[in-house]
Amino acid sequence: MRALNCWLIAVYGFLYLPIAVLMVLSFNRTGMPTAWGGFSLEWYGKLVENPKIIGAAWNSLVVAVWATAISSVLGTLLALGVERSRPSASREALLFAPMIVPDIVLAIALLSFFTLIKFTLGLRSIVMAHVVFNLAFVCAVVRARLKSYDWSLNEASRDLGATAFTTFFRITLPLIGPSVLAGALLAFTLSIDEFIIAYFTAGAGQSSTTLPMQIYAMIRFGVTPEINAMATVVMGVSFVMLFAAQRLNKGRLPGA
Amino acid sequence: MNSRYATWLLMLPGLLWLGLLLVVPCLLVFALIFFERGIYGGIDWQAPTFENVTRAFDPLYLAIFLDSGIIAGIATLIALLVGYPAAYAIAKSPASRQTALLFLAILPFWTNYLIRTYAWIVLLNPVGLINSLLMGLGLRSQPLALLYNKPAVVLGLVYSYTPFVILAIYSALQRLDPSYGEASRDLGASAFQTFLRITLPLTAPGVAAGGVFVFVLSIGNFVTPDLLGGGKFQMVGNLIYDQFLSARDWPFGAALSALLIGLMMLLLFAQAIASLRARGDHARA
Repeated sequence: MRALNCWLIAVYGFLYLPIAVLMVLSFNRTGMPTAWGGFSLEWYGKLVENPKIIGAAWNSLVVAVWATAISSVLGTLLALGVERSRPSASREALLFAPMIVPDIVLAIALLSFFTLIKFTLGLRSIVMAHVVFNLAFVCAVVRARLKSYDWSLNEASRDLGATAFTTFFRITLPLIGPSVLAGALLAFTLSIDEFIIAYFTAGAGQSSTTLPMQIYAMIRFGVTPEINAMATVVMGVSFVMLFAAQRLNKGRLPGA
Repeated sequence: MNSRYATWLLMLPGLLWLGLLLVVPCLLVFALIFFERGIYGGIDWQAPTFENVTRAFDPLYLAIFLDSGIIAGIATLIALLVGYPAAYAIAKSPASRQTALLFLAILPFWTNYLIRTYAWIVLLNPVGLINSLLMGLGLRSQPLALLYNKPAVVLGLVYSYTPFVILAIYSALQRLDPSYGEASRDLGASAFQTFLRITLPLTAPGVAAGGVFVFVLSIGNFVTPDLLGGGKFQMVGNLIYDQFLSARDWPFGAALSALLIGLMMLLLFAQAIASLRARGDHARA
């Protein structure tokens, strides 16, 4: 048992040390891994002054907000419908598919599709693509909550004369709200970090470059303290979002 | 309103979205396979052909499939070996702590893939932390070539996908009825025997599920071979990437993708059959 626990600690070390090193280096004045020149926010300053990074971050934010909003609404409705209708294997497969299809396959499929229907590639096509997988994740999180939902509450509400609309907003939504929010936070995190599908469906030009695309372009040219700072910010945002999602969803994160 | 119509109405927008932007594009990729590429990229719809399929099975490309299959296979094996004991330790820890421990293990999986890969460039590059330490301590006079080779790619894949393995195996362990293990111990089996003959076979479906996903995600990966392999060798993902973004030969890229999907379906199917059979044995026992 002790050996097992040591192994577990080693695995956590393996998972977190590389990220931790990155974060510490981002505050190093020298920007070098070997020489600690004192604590500094210099590289964060450089980050803010870089218009390409700020532009890309803004694009990512726009994409993530839209993709999250659309997928939260559609995913929640989908979950409500699915949980109240007869099970269907093909529908289950369709809802599971976006989570398991390799990113590159979905990426090329959407690129071909958008090109064929002559849809102009840009932020809009990225949003449409991101909704595909976000929708599936939101739906999965909300469905997990609905498994323990007491549908007799809805009947009671209807019996007392409330409309379906009122029942949804006064009974169902307040009860499943935390899981919808958890799903939305996960969707936001996935969307803001997603690289491959965005890369294929963005088209050319800086105007539709998202943050991960910018990161990819930068890290192909090697290590810079500026990337460390940017990585720290991105990881920090993700960690906060995921912790919030976990709290809202009573400790569960669905498997990817 | 009829409640059946109401549920359909609720599902309609989401299902339409998936139908239009998942099913149709995937079918389109499948259709692309049977056409020639146009002169300026794009597709020549006038020229149906089987050439892309036969070309995908050309020894040159099969070698890349085999090569990336080996890399993905090694990464999968290591991820399972690293992940299984970790999942086991989490499953055996006090119930009140399991959720937090599991969360901690999966958390990295949900964060930015590029940054997690980049973290290894920081550690492994010639003037990176590990080489600086080795040289600073006088253990090496020259930096080790830790980056831009196959082991670096395998390491990157293991690092990225181990959380997923832990999740899959933990779920299997959690479904395991502890009384089987207790019975085995009562009947005089050692802890190791119990693990080997009871726990491991009963959690095999979880191991298989985790393994299939790691393998498929690894073999179709183009980011890790590009960043940690230095673009010096190709995996299936890189090959597909090139057909779409550099060579502009979409039909051939589509054929390669179909091969990748076919491989994935085959593995998932085998895994489903195996786990059904395992459940059958379980029920009979």
